Order: sequence, then C-alpha cells, then structure tokens
Amino acid sequence: MTEDIDRSEAAQARDAEEHSGHGDYITHAKSIRSWMFSVDHKRIGILYAVTAAIAFLAAGVFALLVRAELLIPGETFLSAQSYNQLFSLHGIVMVFGFIIPAIPGFLGNFLLPIHLGAKDVAFPRLNLFSYYLYLLGVILIIVAMVVGSVDTGWTFYTPYSARTGPAVLFLAMAVFIAGFASIFTGINFIVTVHKMRAPGMTWNRLPLFVWSIYSTSIVQVLATPVLGITVLLLFLERLLQIGIFDPALGGDPILFQHFFWFYSHPAVYIMILPGFGIISELIATFSRQRIYGYMAIALSSVAIAMLGFLVWGHHMFVSGQSVISSVIFSLITYLIGIPSGIKVFNWIATMYKGSISFKTPMLYALSFLVLFTIGGVTGIMVGVLAVDIHLHDTYYVVGHFHYVMMGGTVIALLGGLHYWWPKITGRMYNEVCGQIAAFLIFVGLNLTFFTQLVLGSRGMPRRYNDYLPEFTFLHQLSTIGSWIMGLGLFLVLGYLLVSLFRGKKAGANPWGGATLEWTHTGPRPDPHNFHRTPFVTRGPYEFDRIGITHTETAEADRDADPPDVVLNQDRT
Amino acid sequence: MANTGTAEHTAQERSMAHLKHYFVSSDQQFDAAKLGMWLFLITEILLFSGMFVAYAVYRVWYPEVFAIASTELNPWLGGLNTVVLLASSLTVALAIHAAQTDKRRALVINLFITVLLAGVFMVVKYFEYTHKFHLGIFPGGNFAYAEMNQPIVPIFFSIYYVMTGIHGVHVLVGMGVLSWLGVRAIRGDFHSGYYTPVELSGLYWHLVDIIWIFLFPLLYLI
Repeated sequence: MTEDIDRSEAAQARDAEEHSGHGDYITHAKSIRSWMFSVDHKRIGILYAVTAAIAFLAAGVFALLVRAELLIPGETFLSAQSYNQLFSLHGIVMVFGFIIPAIPGFLGNFLLPIHLGAKDVAFPRLNLFSYYLYLLGVILIIVAMVVGSVDTGWTFYTPYSARTGPAVLFLAMAVFIAGFASIFTGINFIVTVHKMRAPGMTWNRLPLFVWSIYSTSIVQVLATPVLGITVLLLFLERLLQIGIFDPALGGDPILFQHFFWFYSHPAVYIMILPGFGIISELIATFSRQRIYGYMAIALSSVAIAMLGFLVWGHHMFVSGQSVISSVIFSLITYLIGIPSGIKVFNWIATMYKGSISFKTPMLYALSFLVLFTIGGVTGIMVGVLAVDIHLHDTYYVVGHFHYVMMGGTVIALLGGLHYWWPKITGRMYNEVCGQIAAFLIFVGLNLTFFTQLVLGSRGMPRRYNDYLPEFTFLHQLSTIGSWIMGLGLFLVLGYLLVSLFRGKKAGANPWGGATLEWTHTGPRPDPHNFHRTPFVTRGPYEFDRIGITHTETAEADRDADPPDVVLNQDRT
Repeated sequence: MANTGTAEHTAQERSMAHLKHYFVSSDQQFDAAKLGMWLFLITEILLFSGMFVAYAVYRVWYPEVFAIASTELNPWLGGLNTVVLLASSLTVALAIHAAQTDKRRALVINLFITVLLAGVFMVVKYFEYTHKFHLGIFPGGNFAYAEMNQPIVPIFFSIYYVMTGIHGVHVLVGMGVLSWLGVRAIRGDFHSGYYTPVELSGLYWHLVDIIWIFLFPLLYLI
C-alpha cells in the first residue's frame, strides 16, 4: 500500500518538474493585485479563509469577554449595555461573518473544482464578486459597531430592533449584502457540480464533500432570498415606519419571526452540512476504508437540506403560533434525527475493522462524532413541545446550539483545515502540537457547554449579564472551559503560522487520500489545477486502487491520448 | 492559399472568442450560464415571495380595508403599464430570435424598443407615485391622507410601495442591462454562435414582466 502511494508521489514529482517553469498556484504570480483580483478559485478560497479567520478571532474574543463578565455574579467590568452589545456582536459576527461563509467559501472554493476534476468553478468572476460582497458585509458590521450600539442579539426580533439604536440600519444592510454573497456562491457551486465534472466523474463518484457542499448550496439558494427580503423590510420599517412588523403601527412581530426562521433554521444546515462532508472525507481516509453507505450519506445530506425547510416553527413554540402548527413542527423536527443518525452510524460503520490512524484531523473527526451527537440529541429535546416550554430561552438552548455549531461545524472545519493544510500551503504542521490542541479544544468545549446544558435545565435564562448565587459554580466552570478552549485555538493559530515558514515540506499525498486533489495534483496545485484533465475511472474512496489507478492515468496521459481527444470522446 | 487559411483561422478565433478557457466547449459554457440564470430567477421569485406572503397575511386579516384602500389606485394606468410590459416581453423575445438568426439590425432595434417601453413603464409609475405623494399618501408612518384616516390603510400602501418599488428597481436594472446589450450588439458581439447574454437577459426580463402580471390584479383590481 505505502509503496503504491510512494510511487504515485514520485509520478507527481515528475509531473511537477515538467511544469516547474510556471510555478504552482501560489508562486506563479506574487503581486498583491494578483491576489485581490484573482479569479482563481484557490486564491479566492484563501481570501475567504483569511477574512473568516479574522472574523472568528474577533467574535471569539467577544465570547471570551462575555464569559469573563459572567465569572462573578453582578456587574464586574462590563456595563449591562456593553454586555448586550458584546453578545449581539459575538452572534452576528460568528453567524454572518464566519460560520456561514467559512467552509463553503474557504474549503468549498478551494476543493470543489479539484474534486470534480475541473479547472475552475463555472463563474470565476462571480466568485470573486461574492467574496467582495461578503467582505463589504463584514465591513458594514464593523461600521455598525463603530457608529452605535447593537443590542438586539443576532435574531433582530421586532419590535425591539425597529426601536433600538440606528446601528441596526447598518446591520440589516450588512446582512442583506452578505446574503447575496451566499446566494451567488450557492448558484456558482450548483452549476459547477452539474456542468463542470471531468469525464468519468459520475454522480456516484463524487466525493462526499462535494455532495455536502451541493446540498448546502441548494439551501443557500432557496433560503437566503427570504432573509434578504426580511432584513430589507426591517430596514424600511426603521427608515419609513412601513408598519409591517411594528405592532404600534398595526403590524405583526410574529410575521417577522416566521420570515426570520424560514431562513435561519435552514441556515443552521448551511452551517453544519459542509461539516458533514469534511467528516466523511476524514473518516474514510484515516480509516483507509471505502466509506460505508456512500449513497445513504450523500442523500441524507440532501434529505436534511429539504427537511430543514419545514421545521422553522420549532423556534416559535412560545411565540403564540397555533397549537396545531406547533405540534406539526415538532413532529417534523423529530424526522431530522433520521438522516443525521444515518450519517453517524455510517461513519462508525466505516471505521469498523479499518486501519485507523489517529492523526490530528482524525482526532477532530472523532471529537465531532461525540460532540455532534450530544448537539443532535439535545436538539431533539428542545424540539419536544412540552420540554421546550421549560427550556426555551435558557442556557440549555445556548449549550445545544454551541454543541452543534462549535462542536460540529468548527471542529469539522479544524479537522478539514489540518487535513488539507499540506495541500493548501505545501507544508506540514507540527503533529504533536496539533494533537495537544485538539485535546485542549475537546476538553474546553465540553467544560464550557456541558455546564451550560445543566445551567439551562435548572432555569438559567440566556442573555442575562447577571445570575443567582446558586449558579456561580457552574458559570465559573463554563468560563474556565472557555479559557481552555481559547488556549487550544490560539495554539492552533500559533503552530499553523509557524508551519508556514518553518514547516516540513509536504508531499503531494501525505495522508494517502484517494480524491483527485491528492492523486492528481502536486504538493500545491497548479494555477489551473491539473496538467491534464483527469479521466476518472474509480470512486473517491477506493484506497486499494489509488497507486495503480494513478500510474494508469499518468502513463496513459503521457503515451496516447492528448487530453482534448479524451474530452471530446466523453463530452460529445 | 496561405492567406485564406489565416483568414479562416481568424474568423474561427473570432467566433470562439467568447469561450472561456475553463470550459470545454461553447455548449458547456452556454448550458452552465443558462442553469445559473434559472437558479438566480428562483432566488428572485423567493425574494418577492416574502412580500406576497405579507400581502396575503394582511389581506386575509383586513379584507375590507384592502378593498377600500385599493380604490385609490388607478386601474387604467396599471392596465396601460401591463400592456406596455407585455409588449416589451414580445420585443425582447424577438431580439433573442434576431440574435439566433444573425440579424444584427433587428436585434438592435428590438432591444431599443424594449428599453423604450421599459422607460414608458417607469414614467407612468412616476406619475402614479407623485399623484399619491401629492394627496399625502406616503408609506407607513408618514401617511397623511385625511380621507382614509383609519388604521391598517397605511400598511396597504406600505405594501404597495414596497412591492411596486422593488419591482421598479428591477425594471431600472433591466433597462441598464438591455442598453448595455444594445451597445454590444451594435459592436457586433452577438451572432448565432454566441448570444448567451441576450438570452439570459431575456429570461430576466420575462420574470420582471411576470411579477408585474401578479402585482397588477392583486393591488389594483381585487
């Protein structure tokens, strides 16, 4: 097995040498302009990564401050007003600046075309435009922070958002614009998956990461426009008092909640589905097993995307919607457990009898299985009507949400970041540091958020800057957990930055992955990804065939078929 | 002999100038663009669907208010605008046909008429709006029309302004895009081998038309 991989690396090196004159996607052009106006999906992916990382850092610091304020009961170093602003900004920046765009924008952009065997996405200029819309959205959020206070939480519930400070105008604008970035990325990816696949890349040979990004894109395209019109109406409500959401003018605030959750519930699947895709890749590669139940995992992503549109009412059990709709929404919410469960069981089945190697990315994948399961089960619990009455608007919901978003999406993103780091940067990070950080994050995360589940079940309401004395111990545990988690995350930042300059040079396929980015591109991909368009003859997880297949294609390419002939045969 | 070879070569190069390097063929590029446009149109429909839902909710709650308030709208002007937009849908379809059949003159003329009709639509809209502003019918909180001084009436006009306003923005965007296409058509960018932008803008224009066809009866007639 190792021999085969080595052989394929040797072939890669030969290929790379042949084209060494042009340089890879990073070295072929070096000016700032060549980055800021690049239409190369890989460079745009890096732009997203840098911006999203800054957003994550900022929002993470806000969270640490919020937790620090809660260390001792009573007002300590933050006024109630600044506390409200900080948790609002934490939510808004995390959701719209980081977690929605991060995985599709960064890893999706970088990998999707390579996974498909394409040279680029279908609309590269639109892709760059999406990035700038997203950047503008982030900048407007910062402007809103500077010009005034935003204390609505990330949900902008009316009528409060229609009355509080004017900065809500900027935020509504920011969310509207960032929403269009999301829509255009979704359109771009759907068209790319449909129209840009390499010859032989059939639907059941797509890597599961592609399936997950594809499902995500469907949700982005179908849900985000509704958010767009909602914040636009909110904007007009503030500007002209149009009265649609404001009860003082005869409007209906519940309508706002319906509109908002019609987007924002599917949006949590925009956040988590790409994470599922990463986990599928990690578990297959590090177990060296063909994925168990490929089609089940692929289609369960699509099923989650579809069902996700029918459950928004479970956010409104206590908002005054009719009992019958609450019951129906609650029942459909249970259904989401089925495709999620299918995924988790298939991942475990994939590991069964595999030769598992516990590298850093795999540690994150294993953390994900534990944390996401807790997040999912607590989610079903708040979907139960009677239980939700008690748990609604408590720390239990906060704990559940963070288990899914942090324990799910962020852990998956970290796993993916480590897994693809050698492909993106051409360097290896320090494995020991990686494992220590993964451990710290796992411990810190559980300490932070499990205590919140307990707090919530005992009645601690969310969004308060103060609490009763009997909650002190649990709050302090949670705050200490946030420090451990912060330490782990800063450690990641540190050793990844160090590895950029001093990391060991990576080979083309350090993990023995079987998807095209490992088998058919150099240590860092070319500007146009492939020297020759790959002709795909196998599935993405046929690890027993990668050495052989690679040499087959490489030799065949070299000897006989000029690539365009191959393409014409297949396409016409 | 050599000369004709080069000439043929350049002619072929010119007709393939639109093909981006990351596509394999013209067909693939066209299919991708068209699929992308259809997806975009879906998002447009969803954008408007939020407003249609708001309309439906308030109509069900306050049918009699909607009935009274809508008498303030002039169905003749709305009807005129409907005819104008329908005609422009016809001309944009003719423009696509002209592009497909290499009739550059017909393409330019049809695009020009489409933009002109869109302009007529906006002028009529302008007179409708200013007439209402004159009466004091402003959206929401600034509503100051003495004859309809009762609650909820302002919400009807808010919905009217928001829906027709956002639709109007789409008409303006369409006018910009179609004018730009006109310039490119005069330059000779489009031919039977490449007319993607004309076709896609045509799809967009039909959508703008269809949305108006729903807005007109909902706001003016019923």
